[in-house]
Amino acid sequence: MGTVLAFALFAGLAVVSALVALFHRSVIHSAFALLGTLLGVAGLYVMLGADFLAMTQVLIYAGGILVLILFGLMLTPGDPGERRLSRIFGGVAIVGGFAALFALKLAGVAKWAGFGTAAELEPPVDTAREIGLEFLRRDSWLLPFELASIVLLAALVGAVFIARRRFPYKEGESAEDGAA
Amino acid sequence: MGLTAYLVVAAILFVIGLVMVASRRNLIYVLMGLELILNAANLNLVAFNRFNPTTKFVAGQDVPVLDGQIAAIFVIILAAAEAALALAIVLNVYSLFETIRPDDIDNLKD
Repeated sequence: MGTVLAFALFAGLAVVSALVALFHRSVIHSAFALLGTLLGVAGLYVMLGADFLAMTQVLIYAGGILVLILFGLMLTPGDPGERRLSRIFGGVAIVGGFAALFALKLAGVAKWAGFGTAAELEPPVDTAREIGLEFLRRDSWLLPFELASIVLLAALVGAVFIARRRFPYKEGESAEDGAA
Repeated sequence: MGLTAYLVVAAILFVIGLVMVASRRNLIYVLMGLELILNAANLNLVAFNRFNPTTKFVAGQDVPVLDGQIAAIFVIILAAAEAALALAIVLNVYSLFETIRPDDIDNLKD
């Protein structure tokens, strides 16, 4: 019973926030609504026994990516002609219809492949320790783990390089102002 | 809760993200939709991992196989890299076109 209640809470938080993000008139409000979705998904991770992943989700998504998105929104002016998505109920119907379709398809595939048929689930393990060991095991995930660090380094240096100002200068600015 | 419940939630999040991407109001809004899509995929990975428990024999003991969760962590890593790069590109697009509405950005070179 408690499980069902907790699932309903987290799933409801995630889905309702996502709908608010989809339909709200202001993009800033959409970004804040996305926070609810990310936290709801983190709660679902906890219910799935993925404690380390839930923590990572809160730290990186809610703490990092969302802040980045908010900065992006603040550095670009909102569109004055911004409008609500037209035909909200049509949108909800489309969302519901496609979601049901995808979920049924996935559930069918899962059943066909024999997933989720275990009678009793094992109690969750201490995943932080296991994941850490997996990352450092040579015949397991060590190479992707190291490659991820290179990808992150390249992406962040690239982001700094791309975000540098070098495009047409406004009136009264010289090239030296922008080149810094 | 069974596997199907999680799949339903993930499917709803995926479709909402897809509609956000397809509605093309604003480039950053499109990015938010992408994040939702990645979250839905992650939820599927973790749910399948949880409901299909297996163990492997390593270093003298049985350890649980957590490949779904590890793949989800890599997705989060790549999402972070993608968000940083995409926002840098959005800022550049804004300084070049003075708008971030995808519909208005339709020439490659001026």
